[in-house]
Amino acid sequence: MVSIATGKPGTRELFMGNEAIARGALEAGVGFAAAYPGTPSSEVIGTLAEVAKEGDIYAEWSVNEKVAMEVAAAASFAGVRAIVAMKQNGVNVASDFLMNLNLTGTRAGLVLAACDDPSALSSTNEQDSRPFAKWADLPLLEPGTFQEAKDMTRWAFELSEEINNACMLRTVTRISHARGDIELGERIPPSKEARFTATSPVDFTPYPVPFKHHQMIAKLEKVRELFESSPFNRYVGPERPELLVVTCGACWFYSLEAVKALHAGDRVGILKLGTTWPLPEKFVQEHLARTERVLVVEEVAPFLEGNLKELVGGHLADTGPLTFYGKRSGHIPDSGELNPDLVTKALGSVLDLELEGVSPEYVQKAQQLTGSHTHMRAIGFCAGCPHRASFWSLKNALKLDGRGGFVTGDIGCYTMALGPTGYFQVKTVQAMGSGVGLACGFGNLARTGFEQPVVSVCGDSTFFHAAIPALLNGIYNHSNFTLLILDNSATAMTGFQPHPGIGKTATGETTPAVDIEGLCRAMGVRVEVTDPFDLEGTTEKLLDLLRDDGGVRVLISKRTCALVRARQEEAEYRVHVDPEKCRGDSCGCARLCTRVFQCPGLIWDTETDTAKIDEVICSGCGVCADICPAGAIINEAV
Amino acid sequence: MTQKDPLNVIVTGVGGQGNVLISQLIGKALVKQGHHVTIGETYGASQRGGAVMSHLRISRQEQYGPLIPEGQADVILGLEPVETMRVLAQYGHPEVIVIANSRPVYTMAVTTGAAEYPGTQEVTRTLEELSSAAWVINATEIALEMGASILTNIIMVGALVGSRALPLGPEGLEAALRDSMPSDKLEVNLTAARRGLEEARARVAS
Repeated sequence: MVSIATGKPGTRELFMGNEAIARGALEAGVGFAAAYPGTPSSEVIGTLAEVAKEGDIYAEWSVNEKVAMEVAAAASFAGVRAIVAMKQNGVNVASDFLMNLNLTGTRAGLVLAACDDPSALSSTNEQDSRPFAKWADLPLLEPGTFQEAKDMTRWAFELSEEINNACMLRTVTRISHARGDIELGERIPPSKEARFTATSPVDFTPYPVPFKHHQMIAKLEKVRELFESSPFNRYVGPERPELLVVTCGACWFYSLEAVKALHAGDRVGILKLGTTWPLPEKFVQEHLARTERVLVVEEVAPFLEGNLKELVGGHLADTGPLTFYGKRSGHIPDSGELNPDLVTKALGSVLDLELEGVSPEYVQKAQQLTGSHTHMRAIGFCAGCPHRASFWSLKNALKLDGRGGFVTGDIGCYTMALGPTGYFQVKTVQAMGSGVGLACGFGNLARTGFEQPVVSVCGDSTFFHAAIPALLNGIYNHSNFTLLILDNSATAMTGFQPHPGIGKTATGETTPAVDIEGLCRAMGVRVEVTDPFDLEGTTEKLLDLLRDDGGVRVLISKRTCALVRARQEEAEYRVHVDPEKCRGDSCGCARLCTRVFQCPGLIWDTETDTAKIDEVICSGCGVCADICPAGAIINEAV
Repeated sequence: MTQKDPLNVIVTGVGGQGNVLISQLIGKALVKQGHHVTIGETYGASQRGGAVMSHLRISRQEQYGPLIPEGQADVILGLEPVETMRVLAQYGHPEVIVIANSRPVYTMAVTTGAAEYPGTQEVTRTLEELSSAAWVINATEIALEMGASILTNIIMVGALVGSRALPLGPEGLEAALRDSMPSDKLEVNLTAARRGLEEARARVAS
């Protein structure tokens, strides 16, 4: 198998966009890589960590994106090329540091890879991180192909060094998490001469601010000049197109396909921009001057659209009057990710062209034959997931307590407790650690008549990322809530990356595991620990903690993620349903196991009208045996 | 046989069935043979029991985008019956070729009794009516006979290669498996792929 480190220059390999970014960094001689995992960005640093030894680089999972940005900046300050990667929400976390780093400037090349998730396929929002580059006066590159993901990353390090400031590379899920064949280039080794040398007392600070601010703007003007001749911007189409499509990122592919599908190549030109902030004004202006109508195709915010209009506003004499189509005109949807169909539709409506598609008869027949069976497949907790068990007990404890208690949620697999497999227990979801912050607030509303018990849930990785300050806040301010830490010993949602509680680093080295229980105890709160598979014991502990209205208390529900367990050990039980004991619908349990407990390993056999275990899906955790009132689910020890 | 260009293939199933592995195996093997390949797939939340799809676009001429337009799949490989139906309705056309595993993974709506799962006959009839050729293969049952349901996807990829719908022969698939499987898992995966090839051979002959 070809690794991203050992692939030979000149060969073609099938790389994920994130692997291409990682390879580009290696080709640039990156020496330092850091990130907090987050879909769709995780494989940038994940891949670099895998090859850290053979690539002779340092890679780490940082506790959060701000720290990741800081450690990477330190490497840059010391003369080592560094890359930091994060999802769009992570850029928010890192932005406090970023908005001071931009004034400070950098030394060795520093690249921030921001991977956005249009349609929020694995996110709580679909924010566009590009305005951060504009806001921070940093150069912005957007790869439109897999090859560009690699080549732009490599070039971004040079650009960063040319202006002594960080450079932002922005991708979307359909580049980061898609795969394409790319040609590999030469690698240069990382610098081995790291040293921190300040030439003035304020060298590595934003001071004096107005002076550094002025410098920062001058750097950006230099970037604009460099972008004028960038090979990442190109035009395909007729000399004077009737309509100019201006696009970037994965939308470049969709635009090409739309023009082809509508056979509109002689009428439409495509201006594909790879350097989207600052805009190469002269280059863009030249193309705008050759048309009268412009369609902007981009994800997710009308960022390019707004910047183009701003540019035209300042150069109307050169470009002439233009009609813009895009998100503002309603031709491109204002939210969600784009695809070739949506772009073809938009282009067709501007040009008044119809796409010749599949016959309406086929579409109708397909709808008739499949419609009643293709209802949505809801996502939920895996078979054997400890979260299902934790939420089962939490649901029961809140019900037994009877005071209208509720749960504030957080970011991780357990966010799915918004849905049926977590019994709709989670009621709020915002940012990392926010569930605990909200609980702090709810827990201090007693003065205004608030009497409901509050439970905040967060996972182990989220606890380290952003929950600790909120927990401290609650303790300090006498808030009244229970923090339930769902410790499954993994950053499960993003691909099982280790974190400070695991005892392993990103590169597999042993490191002291931070003990969540000890840490909470040291803060002076009551801490209990439970095994979520012990439903009765967990419910009892929860109930006791709910009733203990004495400030903040913590329950750690500790059980390894089912998917991790499946890789490490054999199943604990062979589970089956005793057909003699399961009385089906005559039992009176109203199908508690399949209808309410909802583990995908439990199915209803419509022929025998009894519950059944699907041996392909069951993970053998044995928890369902405890919920069957007839004792019909049998655990046989393996 | 002249190959359609681009050739659009969708591999579909439920999170955890091994979609990504299949698309990578085929993709890597085809890139090695000089094709341009693009793969778009769903990840993350969709892994947790949700519907998943990998879009493969294979071309001799250029690199295509990671998403196949609606109604333009040439081949659909389904690891799960209802998911195959779902993808077929959105991406199919009268000339599409469909190869589907027969074993259901019930949706929550079916498990809770809110919806019914179609019977094997209905699935087969639907797939046949909406395609130029449809094979339903008992891949999970074969995998269970071999001792591990996890081999289902490899049996299915064997059947896909055996159908000759891809510009990839059995040797290419074997080489890809040798390239990507850990040595202790290689033999059983090669056997699974051959079982899939046999299933295809029996159908091509008939």
